[in-house]
Amino acid sequence: MKLLHDKRFEFMAFRRVAIGISIAMIFASFFLIAFKGLNLGIDYTGGTLLQVEFPAAASVQEVREALAAVGQEQAVIQAYSERGMIIRLKAGEETIGQQARDALRQKFGEIQVLRLEKVGPVVGKELTRGALVALVLALVGILLYVSVRFQFRFAAVSVAALAHDAIIVTGAFALTGREISLTYIAAILTVVGYSINDTIVVLDRVRENWGKMRQLGIEKLLDDSVNQTLSRTINTSLTTLLPVLALFLFGGPVLADFSFALLVGLIIGTYSSVFIACALLCEWYKKSPR
Amino acid sequence: MLKRDRWRLILVAAVVVAGLFAVFPIQGRVRLGLDLKGGAHIVLLAKETAESPLTDDSIDRLIAVLRNRVDQYGVAEPVIQRQGKDRVILDLPGIQDPEAALELIGRTALLEFKEVLQSTAAVPPAPNRPNYASDEDFLAAQSRWQKAKDEVDAVAQELKARVASTPGVSVGRDKDGRAYLLGKTYVVGKDLKDAKTGFDSLSRPMVSLKFSPDGTRLFDEATAGNIGRQIAIVLDGEIISAPVVQERISGGEAQITGRFTVDEANRLAIMLRAGALPVPVEVAENRTVGPTLGSDSIRAGLRAGFIGAILVLIFMLVYYRFLGIAADMALSVAILLVFAGLITFRSTLTLPGIAGIVLTIGMAVDGNILIYERMKEELRSGKTQLAALDAGFRKALTTILDSNLTTLIAAAILFYFGSGPIRGFAVTLSIGIISSVFCNVLVTRVILQFLLDFNRKKALGSN
Repeated sequence: MKLLHDKRFEFMAFRRVAIGISIAMIFASFFLIAFKGLNLGIDYTGGTLLQVEFPAAASVQEVREALAAVGQEQAVIQAYSERGMIIRLKAGEETIGQQARDALRQKFGEIQVLRLEKVGPVVGKELTRGALVALVLALVGILLYVSVRFQFRFAAVSVAALAHDAIIVTGAFALTGREISLTYIAAILTVVGYSINDTIVVLDRVRENWGKMRQLGIEKLLDDSVNQTLSRTINTSLTTLLPVLALFLFGGPVLADFSFALLVGLIIGTYSSVFIACALLCEWYKKSPR
Repeated sequence: MLKRDRWRLILVAAVVVAGLFAVFPIQGRVRLGLDLKGGAHIVLLAKETAESPLTDDSIDRLIAVLRNRVDQYGVAEPVIQRQGKDRVILDLPGIQDPEAALELIGRTALLEFKEVLQSTAAVPPAPNRPNYASDEDFLAAQSRWQKAKDEVDAVAQELKARVASTPGVSVGRDKDGRAYLLGKTYVVGKDLKDAKTGFDSLSRPMVSLKFSPDGTRLFDEATAGNIGRQIAIVLDGEIISAPVVQERISGGEAQITGRFTVDEANRLAIMLRAGALPVPVEVAENRTVGPTLGSDSIRAGLRAGFIGAILVLIFMLVYYRFLGIAADMALSVAILLVFAGLITFRSTLTLPGIAGIVLTIGMAVDGNILIYERMKEELRSGKTQLAALDAGFRKALTTILDSNLTTLIAAAILFYFGSGPIRGFAVTLSIGIISSVFCNVLVTRVILQFLLDFNRKKALGSN
């Protein structure tokens, strides 16, 4: 890894390719979200979630049959271990959770209800709105801060990179069919927080080198800045990735979706600092220097 | 050692010692969220009706009644608070059966003893296919049942029609489908002094009531006037039972026997003692986690955090060698400070909060990496070790502050808009950011300076 100090990569030579790939990924994400759809959890749709542990190994099919007795053959059932399952019931009567539990007890004996979540439709709507407001405000806050500390152009490209990250992570959720729950928005905001952190470090070096614009030109200046911070970028993304990977592998079923979002987001966020923020800055500067 | 360095050393030592005092022994000091220790988080929505408008007073009374019920049910350390205009949040740790808890707190529990003007026959239970020899028999039974049901329904309709024309009467049905035309209300739940559970002569669970002096008088009059006739016991509009009055009851005591289980009788008694809710409520949200899942989550989170931390420590040591020791020590202090912060600010640790700590472990060394990479650059440009150390810290400082402040903005917004567990995550993330910046900038520096003083030769040269 010490070789990194001597090597110099011409990142900006690939900027158009990178922007092209990113635009393709964004379109793919939109396509997936529109046509495959997001697996919205009960936090947003309202409904009932049961996490149960069966006394002996049970199959999804058997559970579905048992649930059909209370009109819940459409329930989303996800097995996370041999005896453990997360069941999302479709909206129903007030006591549908209890009915489903009784139906399962009748068939499988003493099942244990580990978790029960019930969200009414009113709350669901509020949570959706709150989540979107939070995301937009976070982006605006970051835009303002970076505009003040750097310049507007830097702020605009960083926010573009962040939106890029958020869209692609959401696309990954649509692709894998993972559930969008309340913690998903926390994961997205964390990805945004990490990605901006990463982008700022690179842009900070760009700002430092900005005086050399005349002698270097924008492309070389950006390349220099990225290269100078490259070993930091790689090391930090590794040190952050290691614990998140541990969380994904060992953190248990409740956090699995959350750490998946972080995992994808960290990789995309690192990529976007160099290939989206800097590449956009380069294009923008070339169009209208000043 | 310069004077400034000495002050820095004292500050760091003081913070570390304070952190140790705050954290050890850690057992029982960190407040755990309901998702980790198990319990129910319930949001109730008060609904306005014609007879009970939503006012500050009615919400306050609602909370008082809820608190009373929860206390009598035996929940340790419940949190009951008002949110906004029409909501009440209940956090009930250690609840095992969420549905039972909802039964207890979500019911209005308005008890009424009412005059019975007329009643219909019961609807017999619907036929069950396995009880019949052939399909024809079953179908015949089904049509007989349908006919009986239609008859009762027709009378019920008739009764309802009479409600429209006669003021002061209402129609209620019981569990067997009987419809009753109810007249005036004799006694209500407010006139009770006490309610207890017991068993009747057939050892069925029952609730025995004791009336207040006023209630005793009213009940005495009601029974005196209805000997040989029924009185309906109505709970929230549903008729629990309608016993025939055998004799006048002037002792101020009565029993309700319905078809309930011991648990149901118990809950009914609690609700009657605590009083009816002043306004009806609807459950807007209910999140309940059993204690086993909570402790499993803690174990899984701790294991992930431990493995993640070990990997990061090893990485820093392998890549930065000597400097890595300082980074690892700073990281350990950062983790200590996160827990100290959680304990000192009495924040609640939630499952996403654990994820926040795990993430902090990775992001905390970012500052060290920034500083070290700068130092290497300065060394390459020909500076001495000490000068490189100084320049590395100075130049990396603005980068560290800028990048962490922007992350802090995201965390603050998450805190403001998040609820429950998400808030917990925002809190640990924020505490993590602040303590890791402190450790990057001050702790690392003190350790490095100390090590440099201790062994100048080995220091930066080895890398």
